Amino acid sequence: MTTTETQVETMTFAEAIRAALTDEMEADERVFVLGEDIGVYGGAFGVTTGMLDRFGAERIRDTPIAEEAIMGAAVGAALCGMRPVAEMQFSDFTAHAMDQLVNQAAKVYFMLGGAVSVPLVLRLPFGSGTGAAAQHSQSQEAWYAHTPGLKVVMPSNPADAKGLLHAAIRDPNPVVFMEHKLLYRTASGPVPKGDEAIPLGVAAVPREGSDLTIVATGIMVSRALAAAEELAAGGIETTVVDPRTLKPLDDATILERVRATGRALLVQEAPRTAGFMAEIAARIAESDTLHYLLAPVRRLSGLDAPIPYNPDLEKASVPQVPDIVQAGRTLVEES
Amino acid sequence: MTTLAQSPEDARRVLATMWMIRRFEEAVDEMFARGLLYGTMHLSIGQEASATGACLALRDDDVITSTHRGHGHCIAKGADLGRMMAELLARDTGYCRGRGGSMHIADVSKGNLGANGIVAGGIPIAVGAGLALKLQGTDRVALSFFGDGATSEGAFHESVNLAAIWNLPVVFVCENNHYGMSMSVEEVSRLERVADRAAGYAIPGGTVDGNDVQEVYQATTEAVAHARAGRGPTLIEAVTYRWKGHSKSDQNLYRTREEIESWRQRDPIDRFEQAVLEAGTLDQAEVQKVRDQARDAVRDAVRTGQAGPPPSTDLLAAVYAPSEVDALTITGDGAHAPPLPDGASVSGPVAAAAGTRGEAEAP
Repeated sequence: MTTTETQVETMTFAEAIRAALTDEMEADERVFVLGEDIGVYGGAFGVTTGMLDRFGAERIRDTPIAEEAIMGAAVGAALCGMRPVAEMQFSDFTAHAMDQLVNQAAKVYFMLGGAVSVPLVLRLPFGSGTGAAAQHSQSQEAWYAHTPGLKVVMPSNPADAKGLLHAAIRDPNPVVFMEHKLLYRTASGPVPKGDEAIPLGVAAVPREGSDLTIVATGIMVSRALAAAEELAAGGIETTVVDPRTLKPLDDATILERVRATGRALLVQEAPRTAGFMAEIAARIAESDTLHYLLAPVRRLSGLDAPIPYNPDLEKASVPQVPDIVQAGRTLVEES
Repeated sequence: MTTLAQSPEDARRVLATMWMIRRFEEAVDEMFARGLLYGTMHLSIGQEASATGACLALRDDDVITSTHRGHGHCIAKGADLGRMMAELLARDTGYCRGRGGSMHIADVSKGNLGANGIVAGGIPIAVGAGLALKLQGTDRVALSFFGDGATSEGAFHESVNLAAIWNLPVVFVCENNHYGMSMSVEEVSRLERVADRAAGYAIPGGTVDGNDVQEVYQATTEAVAHARAGRGPTLIEAVTYRWKGHSKSDQNLYRTREEIESWRQRDPIDRFEQAVLEAGTLDQAEVQKVRDQARDAVRDAVRTGQAGPPPSTDLLAAVYAPSEVDALTITGDGAHAPPLPDGASVSGPVAAAAGTRGEAEAP
């Protein structure tokens, strides 16, 4: 067995999140988890499976179906020295909790003149692809990124999920931690042992190439990497940038990688209008990176429509690998 | 049983707190009218007994959440008038360093987790605070002030229920001042009393005369003991009335002059003074001395506030905490108060006049 093999283990995305939660709860008694059906049931997506037995009902707290109270309880506990991790069963349900998230959690530190911080994590299973239709499939990261005071994290693989969740729980600010539902079981990969945090605000570059830069978030990272393989078969070499945290945003890495290829393809699952990739496009446009572009910035996004139930329509409403391949090829060939 | 009006120390302390609230709010009302204050504010003149009686039942290390009409709660929980005034004057020496204003004043060092600009916004936070205090194995309690208007919000119902099922050490104090802005409490519910809602969550509830500081104090004392003993939350409805409009834009179109006048006849401060004088606990001169001290404390606060420097303009550095600042170590001695900028100070007499329980000034 090589050293490398002993230092990593293979986990699914859900297992990696559970491992980070478990590590943090063992290391810090202030950390506790609250949410709907997270106890015996193990959470709607099984993330907290087994944690009730390990930590007991005081620290793995099943709640009523009351999202505003869940969020508010997390805020109040955070103000009084705890480090709560709240789970919304589906990201969409945060709509019920927005006052506590946006008007309270995000603003208290600023509004109270820095007298008290709000160290909490809000875990959000989000995204389409499960046939759950319009109220259980949204990608609302732009809502949170648009709210000063919140940090927004969106991991794309198990290793990042674990390392970033460590950082999120240890952060003194409210952190929205977005977990794409399709990744929970389908994404599996090596995760470093130990409890090392991946700092918030540092992008990853999982693939490097000279012709095209794809910036993608969440599940779009794996689709971008698959697309990059196909593009490489056709002679187009692609860099893929995964911001990993939307706020704080590592725009230095993004801009540097866009300058290096002169072409930017920005891919998100969320609807196009006022989406997060519009922010990245704007940062490219308002920096000297603009002068390096060989072609206009291209965005691939979800449709400006709710997610539909029909599986073919659902698939068609957000970018898929062939869409990314086609957009990448067009971008390179036309410039 | 000795009532508050029968104990010289308590009588002096209760009067001092109520007069400081009254004089503070009269002062800011006048300053607003003279164009010296910015924004808006919500005055609690006429409601002093509920803030005073409820906070008197708390220990310094208990926590509260407050409302947009929160000056009274803040003063009753022991805040420094000078820093409050500095905040209203948008100075760097204010509790929020000029970033919050009237609706966000907090003194975390005294266990006040903050006023709140969102109706019912503080209620879920108090429940979370109660959860933390319980998980930490303390016997501290969280008390949430809110108005009658807040009881129509989902946050109220979700929160009371959560505190009930988790048996949390939380006291819910509804200051029923009859109107949610212009909407009368009778029009927003078929229940006779806000306190009737307690039955829906299987917790104790009761209505008290919110203009009688003794009644509020007694009910809160019982609820606090209940919570400290691990028996869960209580809902107290304190029936009171605000003499002033909802905020600065209010023209009082929804109520009559006669109604306002009838409540002015039930002035909580006047009633308590009469009780104190009738009991012979303090004489006229002693009562007058407390009034004068409150007036002077507020004058000092205005001077202190006006002397404060303007706030830092580096707003982007103020959005995210670089490290943890929590309220876990609230001691009631102000040790955890937000740092004052270099060279700034608040005056002693103000803090002394604001004194917390057990520190009441000698006659």
